Amino acid sequence: MAEPMGFFTDSTVCIGCKACEVACKEWNQLPATNGGQNTLSGDSYDNTRQLDGIHWRHVRFIEQFNEDRSQGRWLMNSDVCKHCVQAGCLEVCPTGAIIRTEFDTVVIQSDVCNGCRDCIPACPFGVIGMNPVSNTAQKCTLCYDRLKVGLEPACAKACPTDSINFGTIADLRQMAQDRVRKLRAEGESRAYLYGADPGMLGGLNAFFLLVDRPEVYGLPANPQLPSRNLGPNAVGATAAAVLAGIVGYFTLGRDRPEDRTREDRTGEEVRRA
Amino acid sequence: MPEAIPSTFFTRPPEWSWLIVWYFFLGGLAGGAAFIAAILELIGRPGDRPLIRVAYYIAFPAMVISTLLLIADLGRPERFWHMIVQSETARPAFKSWSPISFGAWLVGLFTIFTFIGFVRSFVEEGYLRWGWLADALRDLPGKLFAVLSGLLGLWVAGYTGVLLAVTNRPIWADTSFLGALFLLSGASTAAAALILAGHAMRPVPDASVHRLERLDTGVMLLELLALLALVFSLGVVARVWLSWWGALLVVGVVLAGILVPLALHARRRRFWPASVTAAVLVLIGGFLLRVVMVLSSEGIPYGG
Repeated sequence: MAEPMGFFTDSTVCIGCKACEVACKEWNQLPATNGGQNTLSGDSYDNTRQLDGIHWRHVRFIEQFNEDRSQGRWLMNSDVCKHCVQAGCLEVCPTGAIIRTEFDTVVIQSDVCNGCRDCIPACPFGVIGMNPVSNTAQKCTLCYDRLKVGLEPACAKACPTDSINFGTIADLRQMAQDRVRKLRAEGESRAYLYGADPGMLGGLNAFFLLVDRPEVYGLPANPQLPSRNLGPNAVGATAAAVLAGIVGYFTLGRDRPEDRTREDRTGEEVRRA
Repeated sequence: MPEAIPSTFFTRPPEWSWLIVWYFFLGGLAGGAAFIAAILELIGRPGDRPLIRVAYYIAFPAMVISTLLLIADLGRPERFWHMIVQSETARPAFKSWSPISFGAWLVGLFTIFTFIGFVRSFVEEGYLRWGWLADALRDLPGKLFAVLSGLLGLWVAGYTGVLLAVTNRPIWADTSFLGALFLLSGASTAAAALILAGHAMRPVPDASVHRLERLDTGVMLLELLALLALVFSLGVVARVWLSWWGALLVVGVVLAGILVPLALHARRRRFWPASVTAAVLVLIGGFLLRVVMVLSSEGIPYGG
């Protein structure tokens, strides 16, 4: 297996140009929505709105201003599939369409997926969506086809400010920690890494440098694997089954006198009646 | 600092809609029917035999429709078999830890069992007069068959709730009681369907119907407990139901689907319209339970 590869997205140098979104759509031949005529969202400069089956990079714009806009800041961040080391989508996929590659990335094979859509609610980040052209679930492949021939992913190639960095996870973590240290030394005490720690789903192979709470960027504070619920729900269902069986035994297995038809009664009972 | 948003709200709904709601209802009904048939086969009375047959007349068609609904719901229905056989390697596609994978096998296996029970019911009633078939089904170890199909049935009824729970969606992934709730609801709706079938028979098998009503009373009490536990386990997420969904849950599922049937069953004097009304309400309530559980979470958009 090749060394684990991934993205380190440094939100502090993102300028919101969306070159990553365009490069991704071009390379991966993703369709435009609404025939290319986009309706405006009214949400800052964000008309992509979300990651889904046809948007595999999404630049989020967060405007933090006071009432008269005299003070404030812009936050921008290019969101993407996290290629989790412990991936919820891969865990539930029933067809084997979702695989872990030799680069430790998570890829949906579109020719295998049958569109059951279980991976969509399983993803703790809401990354996956249906692609209306293929009618299968799709998301970022971390440009598996480019990696195979030694190229970097299209978005990282296009990023003009090196907000999106591609490399080995070991190198990226080192780079990210250096960057956090530098930012803090320069007074940006809020800088921290989201997902670089193995404590979050084994480590996210696409992790981020943020300067506000994760929720502000549309990221969950505590993403978890769907399988955490399997044991407790299975135990609950088993207990319910046992209780239903007990109820069945005491209701279906026992008669009350008023239930018995004339034919069921013994001769003695009939004589007494 | 504002109150933290539960992490399940940063996810996307799978757009499982009416086809899946109907499947959850019919799968629960079929599974519950096989469960009740199994108990009647093991410890029932000779007079219960017609209702055992009816249980399979319900279960098999319900499972056939369920399978068709599941296939129709896929983005690529022609690839439904990828759930059973890996398309690239021809090896079995099976993940014991993934309820949807497990469920695909379970539904297939249970459908085969209900088919055998279905054919046996016809043979018992003398509709199919193939000697070899009658012989083969007479040799069927009835109690073993009942136990296996009853267990599979409970599994089918319960796994649908576990399937919803093993995600990251609001409500579904915020509780440990969905599997229990769907299993009990399946058993309860099946009892109601068999009570209705009993009333349609001539003569009405009163002894069987009365015992099924007592079964349904017990199961509905358990279902009510499971539902209460579920609501409490949701914590702040339960606020999602401060909406029309909550109203439907309280009025449609709890009041009309559980409390009114319980009251009707509790009447001392037997009166068939009360029994029929209770059964119809239980079936409607069981369906509405699936509607609320599936669609109220579906309706929460991607919150990231």
